[in-house]
This record gives sequence, C-alpha cells and structure tokens, in this order.
Amino acid sequence: MLRVESLKVEPLPPLTFSVADGECLAVEGPSGSGKTRLLRAIADLDDAPGQIFVDGAERGEVRAPKWRRRVRYASAEPAWWTATAREAFSFSQKGAAERLERMLAAMAINPALLDRPLSELSTGERHRIALARAFIDEPRVLLLDEPTSGLDPQSAALVEELIKFQMLAGRSVVLASHDQSQIERLAHARLQLAKPLPIRGVNAA
Amino acid sequence: MTSYVPLSVSDLMIAAALVVLNGAISFAYGLRLEKSLAIASLRMVVQLAIVALVLKFIFAQTDAIWTILFAVMMAIAAGAEIVMRQERRFKGWQAMLMSSSPAFAAGLVTTFIALAVIQPQPWYAPRIMLPILGMLVGNAMSGVALVLDAMTSAAARERTAIEARLALGATRYVAFEDIMRRSLRTGLMPILNGMAAAGVVSLPGMMTGQILAGIDPVEAAKYQVMIMFLIAGATAVAVLAAALATVHLLTDERHRLRLDRLAAASKG
Repeated sequence: MLRVESLKVEPLPPLTFSVADGECLAVEGPSGSGKTRLLRAIADLDDAPGQIFVDGAERGEVRAPKWRRRVRYASAEPAWWTATAREAFSFSQKGAAERLERMLAAMAINPALLDRPLSELSTGERHRIALARAFIDEPRVLLLDEPTSGLDPQSAALVEELIKFQMLAGRSVVLASHDQSQIERLAHARLQLAKPLPIRGVNAA
Repeated sequence: MTSYVPLSVSDLMIAAALVVLNGAISFAYGLRLEKSLAIASLRMVVQLAIVALVLKFIFAQTDAIWTILFAVMMAIAAGAEIVMRQERRFKGWQAMLMSSSPAFAAGLVTTFIALAVIQPQPWYAPRIMLPILGMLVGNAMSGVALVLDAMTSAAARERTAIEARLALGATRYVAFEDIMRRSLRTGLMPILNGMAAAGVVSLPGMMTGQILAGIDPVEAAKYQVMIMFLIAGATAVAVLAAALATVHLLTDERHRLRLDRLAAASKG
C-alpha cells in the first residue's frame, strides 16, 4: 500500500493519492508535465516536501537505501555500470536466480544475453533486462517510467503481462505512460498532470 | 669528496642566456610563447628569491611561530592550487575546504613521522621541517587535485549509472565504488611511476640537490628513499580522504546524487 500526502513536486500542486496492493495508478500528461519528477520524488531520488507512506512507514523513518529497495524506480532509459548484464544483478536474495530465469522467459529474453557485452544487446533487450533487474528483489512499490518505450508490440505485450503478474503478487504500481490503450489495460485509476513544466536543473530528465 | 661550489651572479647569467635561446626558437617558429616564457622565468626568479630570503630569515629565528606561519602559508597555497586545477568546483568555501584540506593534513602528519625519525634539535628545526613538509604537501596536493577532478567529472558523466544503482537500493559509497576505485588509481599513479623511475630515468630533485651540495651519494639516496616512502604514504592517505569527502559532498544523507553542489564546468 502506497500513500502519498501533500507531496509537493515543483511546480505541480501538492498531490495526495494512494495505491492499494495489487493496483495500478496511471500518471498521465504530456512530455515535461512532471511524470518522471513525481516518480523520482516517490523513490526519494529527489527531495520533495510532503509525506509518503509504504505499509504505514513514512519515507523519513526508513534509511534511504532500504526505502529504495521497497519503492523501486525503473527509469525510462535504464543505465548500466557493468560490462555484462549479469554483473549488475545481485543474487544474494533467496530464489533470485530462479525468479530472474522466470522473468526473462516471460519477456522472451535468451538467458545467454546476460553474459554478452551490454553494448552488443539491442535497446529493447537492455530495457527488458533492466525491468527484470528492477523486479528481482521483490519491492513493495514499482514506479514504472514508460516501461514499454522502444519495444516492439509483441515485447510490449509480454512486458505488460509481467507487470500484471507483479500486481497479482500484491505490488502497488505507479505507471507513467503516454500509451492510452496501455493505461486502459493496466490501470485501476488515473492521475492527470496538466500543463507542461519549464525544463530546469540537472534532474529534469 | 668535492664540496659545495657556490654560484656567482655571472654563472646565473650564462644559464639565463639559454632562456633567451628558448625565446628565439619560439619567435622563429611562431610559437607565440615568448611572453609566457618571459613571465614564467621572471616569476620563478622572483618567487625563489623571496622564498630564499624568507627561509633565511626563518632559519635565523629561534621562535617556532615563524615556522608555523610558513606552514600555514603553504597550506593556503596548496588548497588554492587544488581548487584552481578543478574543471568542476564545489559551490561554497566549506566544500572547497573539505575536499582540498586532506593534502595539507596528510603532509603535516607524515612530516611529524619524519621528524620523529630524524630527531632534529629543536624538534621543529625549520631547516629540516619546512623542506620535508613542502615535498610531502606538494605531492599530496597533486594527487588530491587529480582525484577530485577525476571524481567530479566521472560523477557528472555517469550520473544515470550512479542513480540507477541508488534506485536499486545501493548506498552512496557502493554507488560510487567504481568511480572511486578508478579515481584513486589516477591519483596514485604519479607517485608509483615516480618511485619506479627514480634513479633510472632521472635522479630525484632532492637527491640531486644533496649531491650537488657535497653530500655522499649513499647518504643522499637514504634520505631520498625515506622521502619517497613518506610521499607515497602521505599521498595515499590524502587521496583516500579526498575521495571519501567527495562522495560525501556529491551526495546527501538520503543517499541522493547532488550534482547541483558543483558549479558549472570551467577550466580556470
């Protein structure tokens, strides 16, 4: 259960909403309307006044790394810091290897790609592997920023199925998307961000 | 054993003629370095003349306050030089101080180790302390300047990768571990190269000076070995402290990347 109270992401008005376990809130709005900034603020990657609760615990009561293990932001343009995808995964958690195998199979990714140099993979392959990286340690809340951008329709459909499966497993999902039909397929509720914001600062991705 | 041969002003004039030759080459090939060359030469002469007179004065004093004053000047100069060498500087003097101070701090601590070994009389004997402090701080300063520059430019360049790791629940030190490792290597490379090349490619400056001053080469080499080890130690401590300080300054207590704490890139 994600609950956001009077969260002030400049220059949007203060936002209050909640997303129950297993539900999906779609954040809509044109490019530059602040979708990414809102998701980053919920993950505490940018400072924003207001309160955010996950299962009753407020953001400030939880150490930041622990908060981000519960509240996972998956960027629209996932970045890597390793030579191969496998090195970027942590397998310390029980059952992580099996979960990864299942998720890759669900997204039609050949597991051999994990050990190939990342530069040899296509954008779509890297994007799907990055989603597996975001889901593998089973966070409570998933903040998905354009999760199917740059994917062909078949891959996008597989990714949507995986997101639905995450919801069935009880995760709360906040989805930033341009795709109206995708929002209709996945979302239980919508949050409309109106006018475009002026671009500012290094974090206005 | 030949002893020390003093130089006369006319000896220096002969050496200065070579600078004129340098200028002539610059002029002939249109390098346009004549002005910089003249300024650099003049600066060096004036700086060394002043420092020689100041040291002569300090060596003649019995009060430690003069030695301390000189060391403080050295600290300020080292800090300013480190800040000058940064392409991306921290905003605010506190951050500049925090990131640049490890150079002098490490140099000072290792100087006390050297003093404990040499045991001069009195313990702060400026003739022993100030040259050693200068060498240690100077080398630590170069290392720290390299590390800071490497880390801040890497953080700006690899922002998305750092934030990807933070978003996955890494602490700020884990998110920076690759950048820190690479930057520390950059900062330590000069002293490692210096130790490897010492005596083979070039005679270290201090050893050259001692030999010219009539000291037995074996004694000069002993001093040089001690100094090299002290430099390596001071540089290692300084670059590590500077790297940790940089991670601390580039992130906040909520483990967020804070590139907004850097001023815009500019080579000063």
